[in-house]
Amino acid sequence: MQKEKVITAKDLTKRFGDFTAVDKISFEVEKGEIFGFLGANGAGKTTAMRMLCGLSMPTSGSASVAGFDVYKQNEQIKKNIGYMSQKFSLYEDLTIRENIQFYAGIYGLTDQRIKEKTELLLKELHLEGQEKTMVRALPLGWKQKIAFSIAIVHDPAIVFLDEPTGGVDPITRREFWTLIYEASARGITIFVTTHYMDEAEYCNRVSIMVDGRIDALDSPANLMKNYSAHSMDDVFLHLARKAERSE
Amino acid sequence: MRVLKFLLQKELRQILRDPAIFRILFIMPMIQLLILPLAADYEIKNINLGVVDHDHSEYSRKLINKIVSSGYFRLKDYSATFKQGMYAIGQDKTDLILEIPAQFERGLVKEDEATLLVAVNAINGVKAGLGSAYIQGIIQDYNQNVRMQWIQFPRFNPQPTIEVASSNWYNPNMNYRLFMVPGILVMLVTMIGSTFAANNIVREKEKGTIEQINVSPIKKTQFILGKLIPFWMLALIELTIGLIIARLVYGIIPLGHYITIYIFASIYLLAILGLGLLMSTYAQTQQQSMLVSFFITMIFNLLSGLYTPIESMPQWAQIITRLNPVSYFIDVMRLVVLKGSSLSDIKYQIFALLGFAVFFNTWAILNYKKRSG
Repeated sequence: MQKEKVITAKDLTKRFGDFTAVDKISFEVEKGEIFGFLGANGAGKTTAMRMLCGLSMPTSGSASVAGFDVYKQNEQIKKNIGYMSQKFSLYEDLTIRENIQFYAGIYGLTDQRIKEKTELLLKELHLEGQEKTMVRALPLGWKQKIAFSIAIVHDPAIVFLDEPTGGVDPITRREFWTLIYEASARGITIFVTTHYMDEAEYCNRVSIMVDGRIDALDSPANLMKNYSAHSMDDVFLHLARKAERSE
Repeated sequence: MRVLKFLLQKELRQILRDPAIFRILFIMPMIQLLILPLAADYEIKNINLGVVDHDHSEYSRKLINKIVSSGYFRLKDYSATFKQGMYAIGQDKTDLILEIPAQFERGLVKEDEATLLVAVNAINGVKAGLGSAYIQGIIQDYNQNVRMQWIQFPRFNPQPTIEVASSNWYNPNMNYRLFMVPGILVMLVTMIGSTFAANNIVREKEKGTIEQINVSPIKKTQFILGKLIPFWMLALIELTIGLIIARLVYGIIPLGHYITIYIFASIYLLAILGLGLLMSTYAQTQQQSMLVSFFITMIFNLLSGLYTPIESMPQWAQIITRLNPVSYFIDVMRLVVLKGSSLSDIKYQIFALLGFAVFFNTWAILNYKKRSG
């Protein structure tokens, strides 16, 4: 049975002058999938993700996200996706509750719904009683978990996560992935970039980008088998070592 | 509308929470309004006078006394020769030398003629010009007195004299504060308007939060309005504080209506905030936006008619002042405060400012891109 495709990219390319950041990548992501988007620094992951989110105009190729075309319907795409950028994106001078309120508000949730969502979110993150804390005062791991929860506060079809666990301790990383699994169980498709190979193994399928191209795309188990590797680490090293360009 | 509500709520929370914004908004302008008008006075006083008196007569002493007692001059140097007098100018001890020739008294009384030499240090052009004008006025007056004393005027003066009596309308006492305070207030409101809003957007760029806005379905117009409205309100509050200080401290009560000032200021702020937002869509860092807005507001202020009358600028500069929103507001402030102009008197300025507001804001919205190329 053919599963519903929520992201399809065909020969998607982005050039900055002479530099081809993303070179004709093609892939599909199925609904409800946790899709890992791997690659060394500078391989073009963030650029590819920004094109899919409607933040960056593709040079050529085609792609659709949640059934909308990235060229023409980028504003419709934005209603249906959540995005958590590499740069920390909450307002540090607002409290946790105010951040939730703001982001839920700009996605058009009703006051009643915002209230429900806020309570639910605080409970899920075990932050009851802390809602009046300024975000600036929180440790990084907490901020990242809140940022993720806020990125899916409007129940999008897909959420894009750009290295969400960079610089976060292993315990918090685990907790973070629990949140990802919960979101996935609710039917939200997860598109995530990461440098941690243990995290890659949590994904249903992973793609590995090298020099702007996708060099491998399969489930972690199949990849390990194909490259006769013992771990995703080996697969990644095997592929990424071929890279000619550096950061 | 609902989205805008959330944007405004967020913006106001951040502004009210930022202690720096509060200080800059309220304390800085108060200090400026309390100090600047006292210092920015066009009247030239305390001109340092050097005298080279070769005559040492009663008349020369009378002349010097008259000059010094005018209040504009301070006798700083009394030299025996002109060369020594020049030396004092060179040392920056004096600004102006008055040389009284020997035989001054005799010439004046007996021959009805005397020559005085005035030499001015023109490094400060305004001081030099006004100083020599003052001293000439005083000497003329002195001369008149001497002539009255010694010469019998003919019954019919063959040369009719024209006497000019001037009266200063709208600012009868030529009070510089009346003239400067409204202008300085405009400058303050302008700085708040152009710098704050611009910096605010650029800060979101630097922190990366703008990315989160760009990936949301917020419309560009909503985003720009969300930034414009809070700072528009802040600047009007700032204006109110300024008007209160003007009234309480300087006793400046506009002859026109306050409402006229507010209506005009509201439109003016839309224009100047639009300009600030426009700059912010180009700038990538707060340094860039600060420098650019500093540069622009400096030109705006110098070409606004605040310090120098627009009418005396060269033609090309006068044309530039027509493209300068600040000059309209300073003009209107003075018209309303000093002359009591009403809305219908300032229609032309209102239309001009509406034009600026539409122009800058449209450009800002067009140039703000949620998706990079």
